[in-house]
Amino acid sequence: MADYLLVESRDPFEYADTSYFYQMAEDLCKAGNNVTFFLVQNGVIMARKGISNDAIARLQSAAPAVKILADDFSLRERAITADKLADGVASSDVDALVDMLAVPGVKAVWH
Amino acid sequence: MTTSGDKTITIALMDPPYESGTTTTALRIVDAALRKGINVNVFAYEGAVNMTMKAQAPHPNPVKGTSIEEQDHPSTARFIAGLFELSQSGPALDWINCGLCVDERGAGDWIEGPRRGGPGDLFKMSQASTNTLIIGTR
Repeated sequence: MADYLLVESRDPFEYADTSYFYQMAEDLCKAGNNVTFFLVQNGVIMARKGISNDAIARLQSAAPAVKILADDFSLRERAITADKLADGVASSDVDALVDMLAVPGVKAVWH
Repeated sequence: MTTSGDKTITIALMDPPYESGTTTTALRIVDAALRKGINVNVFAYEGAVNMTMKAQAPHPNPVKGTSIEEQDHPSTARFIAGLFELSQSGPALDWINCGLCVDERGAGDWIEGPRRGGPGDLFKMSQASTNTLIIGTR
């Protein structure tokens, strides 16, 4: 079992390849790994409540153990306030991202 | 704040300045790591070598009617100079600009701090680091 930190900076409305990254998070989790899915920049757009074709909800349903975090700086820039945050997504920050990066053995992947 | 002087993070950065939010995020990560006492290596390649160009000039904003001083435009070179300043009193910041990429772009006139290197340095940095984050553009 390994620890994965997947950083998603893109949103599915602009990049079709985001679906592969979400799928990778699901597959890694189902294979028994610890997976943190960290949304940043336009990636946080998917953390807004009420989105149709909801990739976050699908990921949560398929792999509930995936920890989904969203960068608060990126959320603020896009007017996604705490009450607009999708269920299951926790607000986080770059400090927390660095803490995760600083753990030996964590496999970090940026998309 | 945690103090982790024995830890080092390496970041490979490819984005040119002023094109995507990735630049800001990467610099935020470097800043946060240094403030936590974590050493940081940056390997800047392709367009990212333009981030440390000394001659980057601020500009006024004609839409808002603000002057250069009022606008206080934050250039990437200024950001990075600030990161080097931060590293003076704590953890180390080692910033390598890929020499091949620099030469292609004629982008060799930098602020104080960065040094010239090559892809092999990224490998060495990565081998000596707690973790490595490769940030590609596409």
